[in-house]
Amino acid sequence: MDSEQNIKNHGHDRRGLLKCMVWAGAGVLWTVSGGVPRSSLIGSAHAAEAADFSFMQISDSHIGFANAPNTDTAGTLREAVGLVARQKGNAAFLIHTGDVSQLSKPAQFDTAEQIIREAGLETHYVPGEHDVLDEDGKAFFERFTKGASKGYYSFDQSGVHFVGLNNVQSLKAGGLGNLGAEQLAWLERDLGGRPASQPIVVFAHIPLWTVSQEWGWGTDDGVQALGFLRRFGSVTVLNGHIHQVMQKVEGTVAFHTAASTAFPQPAPGSAPSPGPIKDLPAGRLRSTLGIARVSHVQGQAGLAIIDTPLGA
Amino acid sequence: MMRPVPVSRRLALAAILFGMASASSAAQASEAQVMIDNFTFSPAEITVAPGTRITWTNRDDIPHTVTASAEPRAFKSSALDTGDSFAFTFEAPGTYTYFCSLHPHMQGSIIVR
Repeated sequence: MDSEQNIKNHGHDRRGLLKCMVWAGAGVLWTVSGGVPRSSLIGSAHAAEAADFSFMQISDSHIGFANAPNTDTAGTLREAVGLVARQKGNAAFLIHTGDVSQLSKPAQFDTAEQIIREAGLETHYVPGEHDVLDEDGKAFFERFTKGASKGYYSFDQSGVHFVGLNNVQSLKAGGLGNLGAEQLAWLERDLGGRPASQPIVVFAHIPLWTVSQEWGWGTDDGVQALGFLRRFGSVTVLNGHIHQVMQKVEGTVAFHTAASTAFPQPAPGSAPSPGPIKDLPAGRLRSTLGIARVSHVQGQAGLAIIDTPLGA
Repeated sequence: MMRPVPVSRRLALAAILFGMASASSAAQASEAQVMIDNFTFSPAEITVAPGTRITWTNRDDIPHTVTASAEPRAFKSSALDTGDSFAFTFEAPGTYTYFCSLHPHMQGSIIVR
């Protein structure tokens, strides 16, 4: 259902009002969006509405994991959430890009939810493959994506359109992450009719671009999703899953993966498998974990992303 | 009397079972093992006689599943945590490919003949 999946924070009244304000303000508003200077923004309520604001990201908390190199993933999540609370300033909300738990256990969800609540921020979740192990993820969706029973949804904040995607279910043998035809059709409808000047932020667990085919770090039908996004001037794609910070810019699309709050994974191809890096030098775990702060500055093409490790 | 079997001996036993199972289609091995290490099923391909019970054991720190590739799925384990096992008995001859539904690049096959 569209209405079920589409959660909007802004009513038309406010948008209408801002549109009027732009006209009343007069003059030509020049902004650079996606590297393209444009004066046409004057009629665009979305662009006018896109004010400076920030949000925070955490990922891959894996509550329940208790092996080398981290036997206290609740402890490091609490540290990460403490860092979020200290850094949040006027951040609008927090996103968690999946693998909240290690094994989808209710007790693991409980622990994570309680700790994350300490950030004092509304939190938007998308599932990781570890979160949907039982009953097709029912327990995760009921708790963490209320109103979106399949784990994908969208909302608007300060003129920026946010889309949370689920690319961790119905994976095919030999394949990568998967969105599926139904979700792609929903995404196309969700983006349809939006002005190209509206900044878009997409967040999902597995990277939408192929980081490593061999390790399955990519999304089979991510190319189709990116096809719908290509016409927009500013697109930011945020992911987790690979437990390391990585970024890439392709045209108007900026890709960024966040650190885990639990354990690091190796750079693609640098180890026999993508499993946890176990043999960290003593005291170095926290340098591999972290949080991200994402800021939208009006008139800037891309969003500014700052990653902060939990420790030195 | 039960005595703990050292890991190295258990590995040796597993290796013998692999050998028995794959040496010949005539072998009447009724049990075989597949280990999951480093996001890999090993052996990735195994040939067994009809009626063989295969046991998969996850030795990674990350959960994996054993899921038949063809639908409807002939077999599908729940998520196997570290040390967990899953077993399935293959009665009918044929080639059964499977994968880890969490890490679908992990694939293996069981040949029954």
